[in-house]
Amino acid sequence: MSGTAGGGALRLRVQEIHFREMASKSWLNFLTFLCGSAIGFVLCSQLFSILLGEQGDTQPNILHNDPHARHSDDNGQNHLEGQMNFNADSSQHKDENTDIAENLYRKVKILCWVMTGPQNLEKKAKHVKATWAQRCNKVLFMSSEEDKDFPAVGLKTREGRDQLYWKTIKAFQYVHDHYLEDADWFMKADDDTYVILDNLRWLLSKYNPEEPIYFGRRFKPYVKQGYMSGGAGYVLSKEALKRFVDAFKTDKCTHSSSIEDLALGKCMEIINVEAGDSRDTVGKETFHPFVPEHHLIKGYLPRTFWYWNYNYYPPVETLLDC
Amino acid sequence: MLSESSSFLKGVMLGSIFCALITMLGHVRIGHGNRMHQHEHHHLQAPNKEDILKISEDERMELSKSFRVYCIILVKPKDVSLWAAVRETWTKHCDKAEFFSSENVKVFESINMETDDMWLMMRKAYKYAFDKYRDQYNWFFLARPTTFAIIENLKYFLLKKDPSQPFYLGHSIKSGDLEYVSVEGGIVLSIESMKRLNSLLGIPEKCPEQGGMIWKISEDKQLAVCLKYAGVFAENAEDSEGKDVFNTKSVGLFIKEAMTNHPNLVVEGCCSDTAVTFNGLTPNQMHVMMYGVYRLRAFGHIFHDALVFLPPNGSDND
Repeated sequence: MSGTAGGGALRLRVQEIHFREMASKSWLNFLTFLCGSAIGFVLCSQLFSILLGEQGDTQPNILHNDPHARHSDDNGQNHLEGQMNFNADSSQHKDENTDIAENLYRKVKILCWVMTGPQNLEKKAKHVKATWAQRCNKVLFMSSEEDKDFPAVGLKTREGRDQLYWKTIKAFQYVHDHYLEDADWFMKADDDTYVILDNLRWLLSKYNPEEPIYFGRRFKPYVKQGYMSGGAGYVLSKEALKRFVDAFKTDKCTHSSSIEDLALGKCMEIINVEAGDSRDTVGKETFHPFVPEHHLIKGYLPRTFWYWNYNYYPPVETLLDC
Repeated sequence: MLSESSSFLKGVMLGSIFCALITMLGHVRIGHGNRMHQHEHHHLQAPNKEDILKISEDERMELSKSFRVYCIILVKPKDVSLWAAVRETWTKHCDKAEFFSSENVKVFESINMETDDMWLMMRKAYKYAFDKYRDQYNWFFLARPTTFAIIENLKYFLLKKDPSQPFYLGHSIKSGDLEYVSVEGGIVLSIESMKRLNSLLGIPEKCPEQGGMIWKISEDKQLAVCLKYAGVFAENAEDSEGKDVFNTKSVGLFIKEAMTNHPNLVVEGCCSDTAVTFNGLTPNQMHVMMYGVYRLRAFGHIFHDALVFLPPNGSDND
């Protein structure tokens, strides 16, 4: 009798222990479940906050180590479809007095030609056309191939950096042959250049287009009187244009060069076209080879950068460089 | 062991599903709110030029001097490059600008809020500004360092508005029942609104320090809730043609979005000519904006502004 009772008690004890084990096991299970859900929650919220967080949208501009390099299709930024009419809400400007600007528009006639190419018509040239080019007295888009719809003039050359000088020569020739009498000054710009025409007219209003002179951002190396940076754009007087085109007919200047701005500058010196001073009344530069950020922010361009050695005029160190 | 790991995994799954559900719900609510936003929010317009020209020359001078704008910029140490840019550029045109930081930063002077929480920072900053400057300034402008503001255009916008009225303006957004001014576009409070806000800051039922139960509610919404109790309502600031003058995006982004969304149309104009703020700028872009707004000009174009807002005497203002 005591044996079974003892066995019973033992069984009870075993059951008790078993029960306790089970309880602790389920307690443990519950705990791990809670832990798991907490971790899952946290991870998920992190994921969402990353997904919904803001993405920085800046593409740093590339500084070219080579002064004669150009901004070809480097960044590969997605180009903007569509167009914008900035003057649509011109009622906001109804009090603006533009008499002086209008007057200059009539007095100082500028023909702009924009160096572009077939792949850049929709990417870049289109935006030039929608914005500053509208303020030129006449604008032409120069490409290797003709595009009747854009419209772009076909220079019948190839594309590529080594073709730049040849394109420049042919472009100026085209302008000379078709539009010589339509303007006083002839501005060359790239499709990634922005030109403030009103300020250009103010600069040129002091000069006579019958004088052989040209303006831009003056660089000092290689050419005695200096030469104008291609990236910043340059503008020739009517006389300068005539002499330039003539120089190729009479072989005074070479046709081939891989460095467009330097070659043009050398040619200008040979044909006695003066390199003008385009600085404003306090001595600050008005033509800029880089984007505003590079020029506005002190120390952006390192002191060892080629740019500082190329500038013809000493920099005016005030708050800003423009 | 196996049962534990399986319950752990079950827990993880449940947790993530729960979290996803909540996020979706939250988005659906906001999305719903935005659809109604076009019709129901309050608009406030900039003054008309004709009205201003009716005021005499002397009165106009007096008027232009009567605006005293105090700028509050809430910064954190990670914003230091934006802080530097903002400090050197547009904040110089405030009548007074102070930087309220979550903690002390050696490089720049700031007022230490001793908290990382944006809503707490905002409350403390408003309290500080009100206690110290209530008699000296009549308008209070709060911004983050990603914002670029043109204070002269702000003053022009406020021209015919009485600061003893409870104004709370900027770029307003409607979220469900709540209309609030987005902190990204900058928040403008008149002295009357500041007074009412400060009287409620001590009351936790109306103006709790920790709103929202699961998710933290953004500080601009919390401000709106608080102000609502005081009878101050958000208004969207627009120019005389209905364009927003406080912008939560940068010019570049506006243009990019307009062109991406309508590739076949010619988009009509971008932003107001008298815009007060743009947001989302990098430090470099701040300097470019400063140059573009205050220095670069096209020769021969003369804008006959009816008013001139001069910087305070002795200020480091270009």
